Amino acid sequence: MKRFIVKRLAYAALSLLLLSLTIFLFVRLTGDPAVLLVEPGASKDDLAAVHAQLGLDRPLWVQYGQFMTSLVRGNLGNSFYYRTPVLELYLSRLPYSLLLAAAAMAFSLLVGIPSGILAAVRVNRWWDSAGKLFALLGLSLPSFWVGLVMILFFSVYLGWLPSSGSGTALHVIMPAFALGWYFAAAHMRLTRSSMLEVLGSEYVKLARLKGLPEALVISKHAFKNALIPVLTLAGINLVIMVNVAVVVETVFAWPGVGRLLYEGIAFRDFPVVQATVLLGGAMIVVVNFLVDILYAVIDPRIRYER
Amino acid sequence: MSALLEVSGLCTQYVSQRGTRVTRAVDEVSFTLEAGRTLGIVGESGSGKTTLALTLMRLLPPAAKIAAGSVRFDGEELLTKPEHQMRDIRGKRMAMILQDPMASLNPLFTVGDQIAETLRAHEATPRRTAWAKARDLLAAVNIAAPDRRVGEYPHELSGGMRQRVVGAIGISCGPRLLIADEPTTSLDVTIQAQYLKLLGDLQREHGLAMIFITHNLGIVARMCDQVAVMYAGRLVEAGPVRSIFNEPAHPYTRALIESIPKFGDAAERLTAIEGQPPDPAALPPGCAFHPRCPFVVDQCRAEAPPETQIAARHRARCWVATPAPAGALKG
Amino acid sequence: MNGSRAASLTVAWRFASLRVEGFPWIPALILGTIAFVAIFANVLAPYNPEIGALGDRFRPPAWQAGGSEAHLLGTDHVGRDVLSRLIFGARVSMVVGFTAVIVAGIIGTVLGIVSGYLGGWVDQVIMRVTDTWLALPALTFAIFLAAVVGPSEMNIVIILGAVYWTRYARVIRGEVLSLRERDFVRLAIVAGCSKKTIMRRHILPNVLNSAIVLGTLMLGVVIVTEAALSFLGVGVPPPKPAWGLMLADGKKGLMAGYWWLTVLPGVCIMLMVLSANLLGDWLRVKLDPQLRQL
Repeated sequence: MKRFIVKRLAYAALSLLLLSLTIFLFVRLTGDPAVLLVEPGASKDDLAAVHAQLGLDRPLWVQYGQFMTSLVRGNLGNSFYYRTPVLELYLSRLPYSLLLAAAAMAFSLLVGIPSGILAAVRVNRWWDSAGKLFALLGLSLPSFWVGLVMILFFSVYLGWLPSSGSGTALHVIMPAFALGWYFAAAHMRLTRSSMLEVLGSEYVKLARLKGLPEALVISKHAFKNALIPVLTLAGINLVIMVNVAVVVETVFAWPGVGRLLYEGIAFRDFPVVQATVLLGGAMIVVVNFLVDILYAVIDPRIRYER
Repeated sequence: MSALLEVSGLCTQYVSQRGTRVTRAVDEVSFTLEAGRTLGIVGESGSGKTTLALTLMRLLPPAAKIAAGSVRFDGEELLTKPEHQMRDIRGKRMAMILQDPMASLNPLFTVGDQIAETLRAHEATPRRTAWAKARDLLAAVNIAAPDRRVGEYPHELSGGMRQRVVGAIGISCGPRLLIADEPTTSLDVTIQAQYLKLLGDLQREHGLAMIFITHNLGIVARMCDQVAVMYAGRLVEAGPVRSIFNEPAHPYTRALIESIPKFGDAAERLTAIEGQPPDPAALPPGCAFHPRCPFVVDQCRAEAPPETQIAARHRARCWVATPAPAGALKG
Repeated sequence: MNGSRAASLTVAWRFASLRVEGFPWIPALILGTIAFVAIFANVLAPYNPEIGALGDRFRPPAWQAGGSEAHLLGTDHVGRDVLSRLIFGARVSMVVGFTAVIVAGIIGTVLGIVSGYLGGWVDQVIMRVTDTWLALPALTFAIFLAAVVGPSEMNIVIILGAVYWTRYARVIRGEVLSLRERDFVRLAIVAGCSKKTIMRRHILPNVLNSAIVLGTLMLGVVIVTEAALSFLGVGVPPPKPAWGLMLADGKKGLMAGYWWLTVLPGVCIMLMVLSANLLGDWLRVKLDPQLRQL
């Protein structure tokens, strides 16, 4: 088990390194990075000052070293607009995004898993077809459009729900639904196919041959095995939700990191953009790592994998 | 005294999703099995042997239908039984062992749990007792250190041990009939003999009747009292092991026996049967074996042969086989 | 036979041999209509999509009170005709969508083949990069790139290509790994063909199936991403009519109940993505049942 953890840790570290390298390179190699890293409306002297400060005339790997050192120290630059360190800003917004993602994830699992199981157990019958339709719609409708239509319906026409901001439980309902919609469909699909695969497996066959009641076969033997890939995906999706919530948060003016990214673009506040993307990606790598470990805890086979 | 298992005229068919193609996986199969005896069912893959076993257990996939026939087990007709009664029989009075033990054991539960659950489901054994019994069963199938093994997961055991666990599950509720579907095929050759010995011992101890499904005639010769040879869903020859091995009547059986390499034959080439087994969905007319048969005559191509008695309790479906002279038949 | 001829003949043969059974007519028709509209936009659209009459703002569609037949689907916040914008928007979506998918496809397929066939450190490097880029959500990555290079129609295509090639590379590499062991490849090696020739002539035609299927599935995703980018303001820049941009503009009138500015562009996006997905699903089943896990 220990060896497994160490291996995964090394892998995660490598990914983080590559991530930072990618972001660094893209900024440095496409045009003049000083233009990005300096406030909009700066003068030529300001540009020159930034050049010197960032050491933009030094060799690339030196610059990267500088970049990484400040990163590790927790210095991700300052926001032009807010005039505060970006890291602070990000961390203050993160809880909101996590709240939204958690709500959306709860919605997607509560809807996705049972319907996936039902679709698999009643395969090719009515429920399955309904499920397939739901999955198709979920994967084809852009989440922000779902959000906009919901605002139209529930805020403008019916006046039941607030259309923006945060604060009460009512505020989170529509954004969570809009964000979770796509993932509900994805989870349903995966649950269904995973369940079907498990239902056709040899050990389920043997369980039936042993004369076990069908309810036990499904709830004990099939369910736990089928759930493994779904939960793995869900764990990873949680962090992905935080990242792709950009548009939903913008539509609903939800004060999370997604909206922060939007503000960064709208106000040409590049340090904010860079940091948000970097941190978002880093979060995903970390969560992937944690999910791998969790996976090994649930499924005893994985622990012994070399 | 009636036999433990009487199968007559059994037909199982697979129907394609649109109802267009009908595949006869099991076609007019009949045989009987006495208590405590072993029947070997031999055939190539696709011959219908596994479908036959699943039909007996009434655990066919939704696409398959039992079209005709009767299966009488211990005096009761199985084909008309409602599902909950079949569930009582499965695992308790009729048990089955599958081929790949790694796949048939649920990787997420311990070995002990999977043995105990059969006991708890059929005999309402309380947890502690069931667990203790599982441990005893592991000892009965010759697994060393059963106290430790009972709490281990399938992947922690070797292939041979896993198959023994599957065997333990099979005998756990004291069935009268054990069906073993290629139980040794995924085991190492050295382990196979041990496992077969185990099955033989268990049979003697518990008075089990066994159906052994295999493509390996060596195992049949060693373990079985009777043999039934299947080809393209039909039983082409059946009878006592001695009789079939010494005087095979059907050309297919003859070819199977001849294709076993024997010591001392070093200089000769191995005889293989020419051609391929037919696609079950598109069987040739007449006798299904005729395209590959060295003794084929015109009648074989036209009509499927009925059963002919070759000797006492030895029958075959072949136009060319020599029937027993009238009057020489007994029983 | 020359490798690229073999490839194109293979593709043609594959399409010709597809039976009509289960063909999704409606999605194909929808996509065809959108393509038609996109091509003949100049002829079909009643007005110039980029110029509006300020006196004519926020007109509802013709069937509602206050609407007129002059503007069948109403006007937006600067008086531009919605129908014309939708029609020209189809062109933007089609062009951006198809080009991005093709760009991503070419990069991803080539890298997938190289990575899968050559193995060794080349494979390791490409795979590590792919994994890292795959870990970053496409939307976030695209936003980042758009912020760095600045938005324009051309840039968006490149950005989308750069973000989505990883999807191809993974799948193609997997296929190449199994293809590598097949006999006809071994024969070619024994016959002395160079690595480049083998990759071009033997491997490429065989992975085209997957690439095509993946392409149709990616089309929907790319279009949604492009819409999101335009909605956020880092996609196709105004005043060009992209459906995503129309949604952003539409938001301005949302609270006042000007529903047509939000619902109509969204319906167009939905129709296009839905059709592409259905077509892709059908293709996937038809061309290679083994790809079902895609």
